[in-house]
Amino acid sequence: MSITEILFWFLTALALLSALMVVFSKNPVHSVLWLIAVFFAISGHYIILNAQFLAIVNLIVYAGAIMVLFLFVIMLMNLNAETEPQKNRWLWWAGTIAGGSLMLVIIAALKNTENQMAQIKGGDIGLIQNLGKVLFNDYVLPFEISSVLFLSAMVGAVVIGKKD
Amino acid sequence: MMLAVDFALMLEKFLLIVVIIMGSLVIAMYATYAERKVAGILQDRRGPNRAGPFGLLQPVADGVKLFMKEEIIPLTSSKWLFILGPCLAMVTAMMTSAVIPWGSKIEIAGRTVDLQIADINIGVLYIFGVVSMGVYGIMIGGWASNNKFSLIAAVRGASQIISYELAMGLSLIALLMLTGSLSMKTIVEQQVSSGIWNVLLQPLGFLIFLICAFAECNRTPFDLPEAENELNFGYHQEYSSMKLGFYLFAEYINMFISSAVMATLYFGGYDIPFVNEANLAQSWGENLVTVLGSVTLLLKVAFFLFFFMWVRWTIPRFRYDQLMDLGWKKLIPLALANMLITGAVILWLNK
Repeated sequence: MSITEILFWFLTALALLSALMVVFSKNPVHSVLWLIAVFFAISGHYIILNAQFLAIVNLIVYAGAIMVLFLFVIMLMNLNAETEPQKNRWLWWAGTIAGGSLMLVIIAALKNTENQMAQIKGGDIGLIQNLGKVLFNDYVLPFEISSVLFLSAMVGAVVIGKKD
Repeated sequence: MMLAVDFALMLEKFLLIVVIIMGSLVIAMYATYAERKVAGILQDRRGPNRAGPFGLLQPVADGVKLFMKEEIIPLTSSKWLFILGPCLAMVTAMMTSAVIPWGSKIEIAGRTVDLQIADINIGVLYIFGVVSMGVYGIMIGGWASNNKFSLIAAVRGASQIISYELAMGLSLIALLMLTGSLSMKTIVEQQVSSGIWNVLLQPLGFLIFLICAFAECNRTPFDLPEAENELNFGYHQEYSSMKLGFYLFAEYINMFISSAVMATLYFGGYDIPFVNEANLAQSWGENLVTVLGSVTLLLKVAFFLFFFMWVRWTIPRFRYDQLMDLGWKKLIPLALANMLITGAVILWLNK
């Protein structure tokens, strides 16, 4: 096995294990920390695909900002394992069936797709120069529209925050 | 591709990492000594002068004291997270040093060695990523202590770091417009070849970056996470022995690294002022000029370290609402204006 393959399998195992731990942890704070581990593993995959920009932005935005806000809320509400409400057994079964159906749909959708191999180390579309050129030449309009969307979301948050 | 590795390269990088990490630790150690000496001078007293000549062994004595103290993990804390907190603080403090170019090239036995651990093409973003991870050391430690003062301090620290990251990023965007590259090495090389430091082109951007660096390092006047008159001791209240030592030490490493980042981005890195390196290298040899350049970088870093301490013992602490006011209502609009003006000027000059 080459180093890239070893890394790939290691990161895959890490991502899956951490994702399972997110679901199975009793304490919500532990769940958030495991979710951060998932983001790290996924960023590792991006680096293997030579998409360094995507990898680091994934870490800055998701692990560095959004998860910190999650932690804020959970820590301040003091959601400990004891205070978590006991869930109904029926709810438990409904969740299992719903999740299983989603997985079935995803498998059915992906079964007949082309078997495309990701370019490892060869592709350089993830490098910042190429990404910038593609975003500002081919996809200028969608990119700018999505930034307006973000701005309006930000203004909305400020408006809600101002109402005491 | 089998497990073929360039062993010479690995050895070279390994040695470089060891030297840089040991260097950072020793400099951080003596920064604690310097801090007390500077405090002594500013307050018209002598500072530490008992251990060794001029008190030079004081950091060693402090280290031994911290190691010898009893290790206490509170019963009601989350044990693993309690240990993870200081580890994360230390690791994130050290990780930034990987992308800083500590010098130009050195030739050893026909082999050219870059004095930088990793020249990645997103160096500046990498620093951002690591800085945003630094929040977790404080948050996890504060929460795991299971102490209300620690929790409040941790939440304060995290919101402060997140708030000032925004202004810091905006001030850096203006700089990146000028350099057109995210690689730290390229940014330094541009300053070396043109002889014009970025601080001359981006004075306002530098000022905003400097203020944000103070806030990111939790240094006075922004050291609210450890405001002892409000929060007893802050997020490391329950910590003892070397785990406390790690938290205190991480602050000094953060100071050292952010000084190095400021020197690299805005003050020419290893550029020797008023000297043409290329001409000097022809008469003195490449290696000597590289060493002189690294010494210059360290001198710049030393100045910034002194500046950090000077401010600490001069300016009183902000109130928390003043801190948030400064960050969100003053620095962010200022940084945005700086960014827009820089962009407009670049467009105008290119016309």
